[in-house]
Amino acid sequence: MDDVELRPIVEALLFVATEPLSLDRLRDLLDGVERSRLSAAIDDLREAYRRGNHGLAIVEVGGGYEMVTVGEAAPWIRKMAATKSAPRLSKPALETLAIVAYKQPLTRPEIEAIRGVDVAGVVKTLMDRRLVKIVGRKDVAGRPMMFGTTKEFLQAFGLKDLSDLPTLRDFAEIARASDPLAEPPDAAVASGEPDDVVVEVTDVIVDDPAALPEPRS
Amino acid sequence: MSEPGGAPAAYEVKLPVFEGPLDLLLHLIREHRIDIYDIPISLITRQYLDYLALMKDLNLSVAGEFLVMAATLLQIKSRMLLPREERPETPDDGEDPREELVQRLVEYQQYKEAATRLEERETHWRDVFRRAQELPPTEPEEVQLGEISLFDLLTALRDVLERVPDESIMELTVEALTVRDRMTQIVERLDRLDDPAELRFDQLFDTDRRRIAVIVTFLALLELVKIHVLGLRQAEAGGAIILVRLAPAGAASGSSGDGALLDG
Repeated sequence: MDDVELRPIVEALLFVATEPLSLDRLRDLLDGVERSRLSAAIDDLREAYRRGNHGLAIVEVGGGYEMVTVGEAAPWIRKMAATKSAPRLSKPALETLAIVAYKQPLTRPEIEAIRGVDVAGVVKTLMDRRLVKIVGRKDVAGRPMMFGTTKEFLQAFGLKDLSDLPTLRDFAEIARASDPLAEPPDAAVASGEPDDVVVEVTDVIVDDPAALPEPRS
Repeated sequence: MSEPGGAPAAYEVKLPVFEGPLDLLLHLIREHRIDIYDIPISLITRQYLDYLALMKDLNLSVAGEFLVMAATLLQIKSRMLLPREERPETPDDGEDPREELVQRLVEYQQYKEAATRLEERETHWRDVFRRAQELPPTEPEEVQLGEISLFDLLTALRDVLERVPDESIMELTVEALTVRDRMTQIVERLDRLDDPAELRFDQLFDTDRRRIAVIVTFLALLELVKIHVLGLRQAEAGGAIILVRLAPAGAASGSSGDGALLDG
């Protein structure tokens, strides 16, 4: 299969797929076409969509590539589907989610130690919205459950993987940058600030929901 | 951030709402332009307690965490008043009684800020639509109850019976071993198990390996399945048969703590 044939096939697969397709998955599907060629085909497609004033875009999130709609179309899509957008996450939910995202895997008491308040209800909300899941049990007395983020979390926040999270800023930086918009998130990552936490968490992504213990019903 | 058309509730008291004691402390620190690494603990304690008093005056419930923090602040304040050498529980390394609190505040501030940046991302990405995701299977592929044939069960029973010790001595059983009693025992055993309330078929026969006991247990099992107290499943064809306790209809699994958290 040459590149001229490859590109439309990759495009079609991205169109039909219901979850992000990784290069590895595409390679398996396409009988071992090299990653570099797949990568080039996807870059071509991305560029074509970007240039061509389209309602679709190809993005890299959740460990792979997926075809999504552009933001400008959102009001009309909602109208067509007769849905309102899901309620925004509350401040407590966002804070809890941030702690889970950066420090996973961790237990509920560990989250509470950082936030200083009970988080049982918030964790349940985050689990209901499939942003957080149980990723295992801590090997200490009582074997408390440990929580981590899901692939849906990466998709909902447009993250390639956990290392794509904005780098945590230290206190002085936060005080300086009182306007959070002053510095785009990507710039913070690119500047390569030392940050142990972000590096640590990249190892613990659990992508396969089936591999995890099911919540009690 | 009001939703268009979403009129606010008729009466809404606008008060700064703090996510917790740490949030309140950070607010006070910002408001008074205090250096977080050198907190004037008397001032901040007074401000903090004033705020709690205000909450009480407004009939807002003050969560326990706020009171715990008040106690912590008062404790730090009292330790600050003692000359350094008389401070209790402090190794003589010049440790500042405020240090632990400062670390917590700094760490909390980091995640609070990270949360606002997540929120910005969400604002953008919530307008992005993808093909409807099929729900991933919530359980591994299982052969359900109906697909375990009687043949499977009898094969399992035969395996158990083969392991029954050879009874060359005639057995005189005085006790009346009834199927009904054994049914109760099986259910009780499953109910004693932690989640998941599951037992491998052959484990059922661990306790009493006499031939008659095995048969009675097996009949009790069939009866329990028939009345839907137990379910049977097999992770794979020909694999071990697992007994599953089926929740009695209408029984709420309401509990507190982690259990409640995981409901649903």
